[in-house]
Amino acid sequence: MAALTREETEALIQEVLEVYPEQARKDRAKHLAVNDQSLEKSNKCITSNRKSQPGVMTIRGCAYAGSKGVVWGPIKDMIHISHGPVGCGQYSRAGRRNYYVGTTGVNTFGTMNFTSDFQEKDIVFGGDKKLAKIMLEIEELFPLHKGISIQSECPIGLIGDDIEAVAKKANKEIGKPVVPVRCEGFRGVSQSLGHHIANDAIRDWVLENRDGDESFPTTPYDVAVIGDYNIGGDAWASRTLLEEMGLRVVAQWSGDGTIAEMEKTPKVKLNLIHCYRSMNYIARHMEEKYKIPWIEYNFFGPTKIAESLRKIAALFDETIQAGAERVIAKYQAEYDAVIAKYKPRLQGKRVMLYVGGLRPRHVIGAYEDLGMEVVGTGYEFGHNDDYDRTIKEMGNATLIYDDVTGYEFEEFVKRVQPDLIGSGIKEKYIFQKMGIPFRQMHSWDYSGPYHGYDGFAIFARDMDMTLNNPCWKQVKAPWKTEESPKVAVAASA
Amino acid sequence: MAKLRQCAIYGKGGIGKSTTTQNLVSALAELGNKVMIVGCDPKADSTRLILHAKAQTTIMSLAAEAGSVEDLELEDVLKVGYGGIKCVESGGPEPGVGCAGRGVITAINFLEEEGAYDDELDFVFYDVLGDVVCGGFAMPIRENKAQEIYIVCSGEMMAMYAANNIAKGIVKYANSGSVRLAGLICNSRETAREDELISALAAKIGTTMIHFVPRDNVVQRAEIRRMTVIEYEPQAKQADEYRQLAIKIRDNKNFIIPTPITMDELEELMMEFGIIDQEDESIIGKTAAAEATA
Repeated sequence: MAALTREETEALIQEVLEVYPEQARKDRAKHLAVNDQSLEKSNKCITSNRKSQPGVMTIRGCAYAGSKGVVWGPIKDMIHISHGPVGCGQYSRAGRRNYYVGTTGVNTFGTMNFTSDFQEKDIVFGGDKKLAKIMLEIEELFPLHKGISIQSECPIGLIGDDIEAVAKKANKEIGKPVVPVRCEGFRGVSQSLGHHIANDAIRDWVLENRDGDESFPTTPYDVAVIGDYNIGGDAWASRTLLEEMGLRVVAQWSGDGTIAEMEKTPKVKLNLIHCYRSMNYIARHMEEKYKIPWIEYNFFGPTKIAESLRKIAALFDETIQAGAERVIAKYQAEYDAVIAKYKPRLQGKRVMLYVGGLRPRHVIGAYEDLGMEVVGTGYEFGHNDDYDRTIKEMGNATLIYDDVTGYEFEEFVKRVQPDLIGSGIKEKYIFQKMGIPFRQMHSWDYSGPYHGYDGFAIFARDMDMTLNNPCWKQVKAPWKTEESPKVAVAASA
Repeated sequence: MAKLRQCAIYGKGGIGKSTTTQNLVSALAELGNKVMIVGCDPKADSTRLILHAKAQTTIMSLAAEAGSVEDLELEDVLKVGYGGIKCVESGGPEPGVGCAGRGVITAINFLEEEGAYDDELDFVFYDVLGDVVCGGFAMPIRENKAQEIYIVCSGEMMAMYAANNIAKGIVKYANSGSVRLAGLICNSRETAREDELISALAAKIGTTMIHFVPRDNVVQRAEIRRMTVIEYEPQAKQADEYRQLAIKIRDNKNFIIPTPITMDELEELMMEFGIIDQEDESIIGKTAAAEATA
């Protein structure tokens, strides 16, 4: 199917908006746009980070999800208490595939669920005493843990528990960092505020721990990887490249990361930001307080990887610059072979994305390396600085959708008819039942890594095996008769 | 047997809700009624005069001890005192921690599930914390709970403000359910023309001053002994006042949706009775020092 023109895309948005009541239509119209590469600022065409409309199916999470699930959860040698009723912790347990090295339950705790399991009486009488007791029990049962974070669920903010006071007392008693995080789920419009709150908690309770302590031997090549959650091993595939070019990775935030690494980060020379959305706050803080510059990079697909390696190297001396070229050259045969194998099978295929923090723009280059085109993209919880960074990555007249609703996404897909959709578990089966190949782009569909050159090979294989899977030829929805596919499109037109 | 009547007593903190309720309930019991008091205040002082106790062990503290409220039986929390009056206290946290409102909700749900509201009862009285600070303290006036609200007040300015505010709260629930304002009880503080003032306020809100309870030291004497006046000195004049209140409440049919008045109207009424002075715009925001030099 040919690409839609600007006019057609605009008409499509109008048509999709048609069904909403007036107020909802007015609001949703601000979140849907036709991409215009000539714009410098996205606020000319799209509004983001606003409250979702009641009644729509939104995919967003909550502040607790942003703090516990994204930022804090992967810090492997700390124990993160989901403070409140049991569900928040249990249903978010180990779901994000943040890989780590360690012995779970002994010196690492990533896939475990620690919760204060609030009961009626804890709501009425407050949970501070219980929390204090839990931390002493943790110290006794898991003596090798390196610190505790308290992830607030909704009731904590409602009943006014003083978790800061409990944290300070526990810190004295166990002699390890104890970090209270006020990430109650009802705060903000999405998980995004949770990222910010989590960053602030790191700033206030962790980052200063080694101020004035110069015992850590530094080098001119020290960097920290910020905003890589090591999903399916992403951070490992990235770290290798940085180390091969001559840099020393002091810290990984927060995939396979430790609290010691975070405490040492103020000593590095440069912060490298992968997921800008969830961790730009701490990078900005370190820039202001410790004068550490930061840059964004993108390790999806060989084009962006080479671009990023050179951009990073430019901030160091010739050794590192030569190192970057050496790395790019070293892997060239590998990624050329990947492209040679898969590009002919994927060339010209059109993709629609709808994901979280960085992927709606960062993976575009990787698809393009395989000859594919991203024709629609959007963020669950992005802000306008994310869309600013997206405009130039997307083709003209492509669809941009913010906090897209279930209805809008389906209608867009029906009309645009992409060859592949990349989104999350909640969208997966709907689109598969519509007969459209689908990849989960949060969890890499239990595959990965997708970062780095190693990751690109897996990414390319996964896209091919999904798109060219023979099963799609066998799929025929019961309501589709011989001639009806065209009719269905016409009917929705 | 007549249908169970559920009544809630509201009013400004310290106005004498608990004392009035317990004396009133004792008088009702004396008249042969089967009554239960449900204390809805973490302080748990709604039943002490009936039980001759310091503070009854509360539903929430027993639940905390047992693990959860599901582990409790009705007989663990329900005590019987003077005149066969059944007593329960919802209880709750120390000031400054937890959620007392949730305690009230949990306790009342427990009483309902355990069948505390049995067919034998004629009256249930909810004695509620002074300020309705959150949804929990409005629990007694939600659907299928208290249908009659009595507001205890006096001729003091803040007590009248509070009474009017409580009336506003009742309107919200009255429009969606069957709760009604049943009258103001004036617990006298011996301010000037107090009975006239409260009658006038009641009329403006759309109800009546159901009874004027005069001030009498026998109440304090009885309280020191953790007793109601009815029990401590049945022949006292004050005991008769509570008996009259009880009879008026027993026979009350005047249940209305209140028409709370505006702040301006209320202040006008108070000025009329000389409780507050005519507002002097020129002195607003002026410190004593500024006034001295002026």
